[in-house]
Amino acid sequence: MTTESDLKPRYVGQSMKRREDPQLITGRGTYLDDIKLPAMLHVALVRSPYAHAQITAIDARRALNRRGVVAVFTGQDMLDINPLPCAWQAGRVTNHVNTPRALAVDTVRHVGEPVAMVLAEDRYVARDAADMVDVSYEPLPAVVDARDAIQPGAPQLHANAPNNIVMEWEAGDRAKTDAAFAQAEVVVAEPIINQRLIPTPMETRGTVARYDAATGEFTVWMTSQAPHVMRLLLTAFVFGIPETKLRCISPHIGGGFGQKIFCYNDMAFTMWAARKLGRPVKFVEERSENYRASTHGRDHITDAELCGRRDGTITGLRVKTHANLGAYLSTIAPGIPTTLYGRIITGVYAIPAAYCHVTGVYTNTAMVDAYRGAGRPEASYLIERMVDRFAAEIGMDPAEVRRKNFIQPDQFPYENGLGLLPYDSGNYAPALDKALEMVGYADFRALQAEARTQGRYVGLGISSYVEICGVAPSAWIGLAGEGWGAGLFESANVRVHLTGKVVVTTGSLPHGQGLETTFAQIVADELGVPYADVEIEWGDTQGTPFGYGTYGSRSLTVGGTAIKKSLDKIKAKAKRLAAHMLEANADDIEFADGKAFVRGAPAQAKTLAEIALQASVAYSLPEGMEPFLDETSYYDPPNCTFPFGTHIGIVEVDPETGHVDLQRYIAVDDCGNLINPLVVEGQIHGGIVQGIAQALYEQAIYDTNGQLLTGTLLDYAIPTAAMAPHIETAHTITPSPVNPLGVKGAGEAGTIGAAQCVMNAIIDALAPLGVKHMQMPATPERVWKAIHKEL
Amino acid sequence: MTKITLTVNGTRYTRDVEPRTLLVHFLREQLNLTGTHIGCDTSQCGACVVHLNGVSVKSCTTLAVQCDGAEITTIEGLAPEGTLHPLQEAFWELHGLQCGYCTPGMIMSAADLLAKNPHPTPSEIRHGLEGNLCRCTGYENIVRAVSSAAEKMGSPDA
Amino acid sequence: MIPSPFEYLAPTSVAEAITLLQEYGEDAKILAGGHSLIPAMKLRLSAPSILIDITRIAELRGIVVNGNINIGAGTTWQMIEHHPELKQLCPVLPQAVARIGDIQVRNRGTLGGSLAHADPAADITAVVLVLDAQIRTQGPNGSRSIPAADFFVDMLTTALEPEELITAIICPRLGTDEGAAYTKFPHPASRYPIVGAAAYLKMSDGKVSACRVAITGAGPMPTRQIACEQALLGTDGSDTAIANAAALAGQEMEILGDIHASEEYRRAMVQVYAKRALLKARGAITS
Repeated sequence: MTTESDLKPRYVGQSMKRREDPQLITGRGTYLDDIKLPAMLHVALVRSPYAHAQITAIDARRALNRRGVVAVFTGQDMLDINPLPCAWQAGRVTNHVNTPRALAVDTVRHVGEPVAMVLAEDRYVARDAADMVDVSYEPLPAVVDARDAIQPGAPQLHANAPNNIVMEWEAGDRAKTDAAFAQAEVVVAEPIINQRLIPTPMETRGTVARYDAATGEFTVWMTSQAPHVMRLLLTAFVFGIPETKLRCISPHIGGGFGQKIFCYNDMAFTMWAARKLGRPVKFVEERSENYRASTHGRDHITDAELCGRRDGTITGLRVKTHANLGAYLSTIAPGIPTTLYGRIITGVYAIPAAYCHVTGVYTNTAMVDAYRGAGRPEASYLIERMVDRFAAEIGMDPAEVRRKNFIQPDQFPYENGLGLLPYDSGNYAPALDKALEMVGYADFRALQAEARTQGRYVGLGISSYVEICGVAPSAWIGLAGEGWGAGLFESANVRVHLTGKVVVTTGSLPHGQGLETTFAQIVADELGVPYADVEIEWGDTQGTPFGYGTYGSRSLTVGGTAIKKSLDKIKAKAKRLAAHMLEANADDIEFADGKAFVRGAPAQAKTLAEIALQASVAYSLPEGMEPFLDETSYYDPPNCTFPFGTHIGIVEVDPETGHVDLQRYIAVDDCGNLINPLVVEGQIHGGIVQGIAQALYEQAIYDTNGQLLTGTLLDYAIPTAAMAPHIETAHTITPSPVNPLGVKGAGEAGTIGAAQCVMNAIIDALAPLGVKHMQMPATPERVWKAIHKEL
Repeated sequence: MTKITLTVNGTRYTRDVEPRTLLVHFLREQLNLTGTHIGCDTSQCGACVVHLNGVSVKSCTTLAVQCDGAEITTIEGLAPEGTLHPLQEAFWELHGLQCGYCTPGMIMSAADLLAKNPHPTPSEIRHGLEGNLCRCTGYENIVRAVSSAAEKMGSPDA
Repeated sequence: MIPSPFEYLAPTSVAEAITLLQEYGEDAKILAGGHSLIPAMKLRLSAPSILIDITRIAELRGIVVNGNINIGAGTTWQMIEHHPELKQLCPVLPQAVARIGDIQVRNRGTLGGSLAHADPAADITAVVLVLDAQIRTQGPNGSRSIPAADFFVDMLTTALEPEELITAIICPRLGTDEGAAYTKFPHPASRYPIVGAAAYLKMSDGKVSACRVAITGAGPMPTRQIACEQALLGTDGSDTAIANAAALAGQEMEILGDIHASEEYRRAMVQVYAKRALLKARGAITS
């Protein structure tokens, strides 16, 4: 007898090659800039060359005289629409909110802030004309560093934010933590700077807006990870029009990494201009515009203290962070250094007392918001650096300190005391052990000792991380005062058409994650239909149910589970219909391998295609049953998921130059069950290299006047193939109890695990020289200076 | 305006262009060959790589007028319609792409790399692709894909 | 990333190109490989009204080996990199060229274009200096030959007259008692050298009988390191002698600092890379 549990999944767990790829490898994808509409106008922007200035005059006459120029608009023209919303404020505290307008009005507050838009018949003319718009500025003093910005007498960005403070926020138990430090045998303290990064998806951002005057409806193509959210924010908050008057479409997206979650001014000004001129309007950023005006990530300046006993027990963690949020608040900016950072600073360790204080600060820089990992890399870097610092202080093996303080398997679900829902599941030691085994830990320490006698500086760094995925349950994020104030559920509709083909629409928004493939694997297995018969549709608010989009490693855990819920409903209805067709009792029907049959009599089965046909033709349905197999689910997870793992890196430092050679990189990740191991591995690889890049290469640098010195890819170093290491991967599997798929999320894990792994290795290599800490990025010069004791 | 005649993916075109027209804009805007992408404004990223008279070039750093009389191959013309080049197959097979934005340029560069060095080591592949940035894959599977394609292209039954 | 408008001219002979240069003067810019000029034009840092494309001048292309090595100014990097004879006769050239930019830059960029532009962070300038190459030029008053040592005048400034074109670069064939090498510390984003060092050594009877060292990337222009060279002359060329000489590198030149490398660090790296280039050059001596 066949039962559901006997059936081996045919697709789930297989490394299937991606169904997304045939288009993309042949150049047949449709990215935003590939969209051309009849009579479409092109936008070029006039952007502020100053970090802080009053706009005293804008003269567009020369530009308007250029042949091919249709219009020039400024912020004054667009006062009939509202500033962009900040949709996630720091919880339970006052936030002094200031958000950008479609175009600057009166004052500019960062270099690259758009001041005027030129619309022309082609992009070359638009670009020429932008240079012909004469803007007069009265420069104001600027401030770019968060610590400088809160000092008395610093330049003030906004009238409602004294001392440039957005908010002050805290998590944990301050008194208990202070007591732990007062009693501690050992205290280590370091300044920890998590430098500003530029996300740099290979496709920049852009918008194409069309307005139909007859219906009053907008259609907007956007490089967005969350088109339903953009529809909501742009209609309800910016334009004050019914949500039904805007259709948002995300075409193929050339990477996002967080930067494409947010509501941007180009969405507003292209819509406004399309309505004004009655012609479609396209805006696509150039890379240098993306660097100056789209969101950046990280930029924390932290004082970290960790205390413990000489036996290696960690007893307390105290953290004070200044988070630079830029000149205005981006869509979810205040949520990143608070909810997604301060609540997980203790990482994989059972630390009895912890406290985190965060000050959000305005500066004359580009807005800072979520970038791959978003708060969790900052937390993970902080705790893992401090644990190594503690291990060195007490002379204990860093692997042993970790093992000693890990949250133990029997402690799950684990409450960390920082205002998070409990960690769902975890077993941290096996991942550490596996990584140590892969690297050959004991042998390495012997080789290291020998290398040191030869004057060579080799080091090994360990990073044991945990993160928060599946953002976010209403039970957490929706709590009054936590910030967003609503559950970030995800949606899925599943339809089985009368030909037996299955169409799934999802509110998730794949942009490289391989979700079409992964989702189709789940659907094909659950319904027992051929994989090729499953179609996954996404990206268009017309035709997909409302969903919150793709970010925060949430699309499989939340979006995938929404699909699973709909599939369960489909199967339940199919069983009821099959019972009717087989003249049996519905309770006796089993659904397996794409067929419904009376338990024990599989030979009399009805296939899903037969059931779907019956449901569609609809002339013999059970009493009260609606036609068609069509089910929708909105999944609000009861908890987040908490993927974890251990990464180990080995470096050799050239003491003459300070150059770091990352010789091995080992990643053991536990993201729960794997639906498509090939896709998961790809996510891990990419994440790791972004984390390594933070450790070794990347840093957005402003000068004191607020000019972005790393304003192009000539200066801002994202890794090439030759700068990235070969990566050795493995997994432990601890299924999540939170969702029926047992999955945890993998999109950000690599980034969250990597930076401290590399930094710990460098500091281990230089330990004989007395180096205890170093800030990122560990550029050759910085390492060289550490070696030469000039830090 | 300057009249140019060139062959793109085997088809001959004659067009009037402004001398300042970049090849990438000519291909994308005038010929609707949008598989060639733009990812930067400083000639770093390689999303725009095409073949000009058989060698890879950054079409964002080439003027269309410079291509008068030339033969251009873009990602759309790398393999005959309905077939895949071994590199395209290998990128698909080994998950050498995620968002796909860098992929056309990456594949065009890899094709030139293999033309110059048919049996590259992983290190040679990494250095050979220095003109192409990918932000998704961490390059691991790109290197695997190029190695695999090189093996297939070098085998007697290829 | 859109250049300002310009008029495009594509002469097919050197004489025609010079006539156009005479006609348009300062309004005109020469377009060779374009990998310095076009990026600058796209960012509107450069906006010439006339562009004279010399890539259609056949006489400027190609490598001819006779007593010396004659490399046409329009020869692309990739032609140099993959030239079988050069690998034998002057291996430092293909080796150094292989470190320039990326494959696509090398497929388009030209030796003459790089020298005429004289970017302080060009790679090949240091190599041309240590090879003591001759830069052949042609102008309205005929042709001349400029020693590399006299060619680089200042940042982005050469001895080239406004109406002159570089036509060829004459490099020596290296004997078995000669070795040359180029090492670089590339910028992680641009891959231009933060410090690039080229070295040439000749050994006679166990002694260094000729020595040239040049640094690029670190200062406003590629610069010979005379003190370093003189310290090595007449020594046995041992590791110690090389290290001692290299410690003098950078002394007589202006070193620049920026966000990518401070003056202090660049100065230290000039010495390290000079040493590494010298060691590598010594290793290239085959007899």
